[in-house]
Amino acid sequence: MALHALTIHEAAARLERGEITSLALTEAVIERILALDNDIQAYITLTPEAALEQARAADARRAAGERGPLLGIPLAIKDVICTQGIPTTCGSRILEDFVPPYDATVVERLRKAGAVIVGKTNTDEFAMGSSTENSAFFTTRNPWDLGRVPGGSSGGSAAAVAADECLGALGSDTGGSVRQPAGFCGVVGLKPSYGRVSRYGLVAYASSLDQIGVLAKDVTDAALLLGAIAGHDGRDSTCVDVPVPDYCAALGEGIAGLRIGVPREYFGAGLQPEVEAAVRAALDTLARLGAQVSEVALPHTEYALPVYYLIAPAEASANLARYDGVRYGLRVEASTLAEQYKQTRGRGFGAEVKRRIMLGTYALSAGYYDAYYLKAQKVRTLIKADFERAFEQADVLVCPTAPTTAFRIGEKVDDPLHMYLTDIFTLSMNLAGICGLSLPCGFDANGLPIGLQIMGRAFDEARVLQVASAYERATAWHQRKPPVGR
Amino acid sequence: MALSREEVEHIAELARLALSDEELALYQEQLSAILDYMQQLQRLDTAAIAPTATVLPLRSVMREDEPRPPFPHEDILANAPEPRDGCFAVPPVLD
Repeated sequence: MALHALTIHEAAARLERGEITSLALTEAVIERILALDNDIQAYITLTPEAALEQARAADARRAAGERGPLLGIPLAIKDVICTQGIPTTCGSRILEDFVPPYDATVVERLRKAGAVIVGKTNTDEFAMGSSTENSAFFTTRNPWDLGRVPGGSSGGSAAAVAADECLGALGSDTGGSVRQPAGFCGVVGLKPSYGRVSRYGLVAYASSLDQIGVLAKDVTDAALLLGAIAGHDGRDSTCVDVPVPDYCAALGEGIAGLRIGVPREYFGAGLQPEVEAAVRAALDTLARLGAQVSEVALPHTEYALPVYYLIAPAEASANLARYDGVRYGLRVEASTLAEQYKQTRGRGFGAEVKRRIMLGTYALSAGYYDAYYLKAQKVRTLIKADFERAFEQADVLVCPTAPTTAFRIGEKVDDPLHMYLTDIFTLSMNLAGICGLSLPCGFDANGLPIGLQIMGRAFDEARVLQVASAYERATAWHQRKPPVGR
Repeated sequence: MALSREEVEHIAELARLALSDEELALYQEQLSAILDYMQQLQRLDTAAIAPTATVLPLRSVMREDEPRPPFPHEDILANAPEPRDGCFAVPPVLD
């Protein structure tokens, strides 16, 4: 097998046995990127020289006796996560030339573990979008069909993993931005519980919802990546000080007797029939493996979308106030400071970011705060309570990741509400702060991957990974590769 | 929930966004449609429901107040559009 096609754990085993070097592995991944990325456009910034240097350093560390599952493994980082000395654009003109003076905590931890960073991946501007079409630079293409979107906002990371342009990647998930592109690209995407992973150095979109997640070729790799980045960090006061279990430990366990809840509200109108069939078949597989599958209710599901699109834009309008052309980023000169702010922001932000800033500003403004923002926060309480009740009856919940498979580039760009609906099955989890994972569970008639979503209680990522791993061992969907670069 | 042109201009002013006439017209239409969609929340009686601002138990997180070295001045100024004398230069605010 070509080196770029290896999973992290396969590559780690070969490195451990001395059959390959990180240098050879990293060179193979860079060659793969150079061969494919003109078509896929997963990367905004490539760092090949630095990557080769890190690979040599990883080989030296290994020669000195160091071990570790990520030592010498080439990874990609979504371009909303700060990397010292490497441009971090957030897919925005306003940060096009921004070079962070520090590493995000997750990047620091990956570097300490010996990972090799090959580049920064494309994203919808400030992670606001579901397709990467809101990137100020270009749209990433789905490796399964170059005419379709990879999903978003972590579409660059998902496409890069699917096309073997890295061995694994980091993304961020505010309303589904790791899981939905993972589903569209046929890879594994894990959104940890709110507070599981430090957000220090993640450029803020909606601070009560944002969480850094991982994109991987299989469940074992997702467990390895999560283990490397999870855990308390004094630099993020919302990063909770709870023990981090060994996420690989539960992977081989069976699921006999485990209670799986199926939220009935996730199987209504608008669900592509092939998606429903694949998810139902997956539930049958899980039942055959011994799980007890039963229906549960999440009665406020229909309100998740309006709640999300009030809370997230409100938080965004505050967070993005910092882009004022004073300390960093784009500046459009004007004769007064106030005019300079307006011109800088008017020119620097793209259409969707401006739309959300406007929406959030309105929801927070005098006279509308109670009717919109406070109302949304109250309904958020009801949505969270739905999950608490469901998790009394079930250990995990299983549903589709998205209502459809990947849509065509351009299909939804003119209709923001229609675009927002693509995240309808993922938003609630961010509102409730729980964890979840998407993994491939089939393909539609066009050969496009279908994602299965497994949701778990807050800080119960190990259980989610256990169920995902049991399903993955019983099926072969994750072994299929997209028709690129053959 | 039709927003007037004046309301959209007011929001843009609050958000410090310079918008073209075309953008103002587009956002007037799109924000009105989105806010219409949000109206469904009013169907729920939430009089007795507490708001959720964060899913974590609210608490102050404190650390020891120990001085630590700040970022080097030049690293921070390296991203500035107009650094001057170790500061960020902006147009005059006071006459």
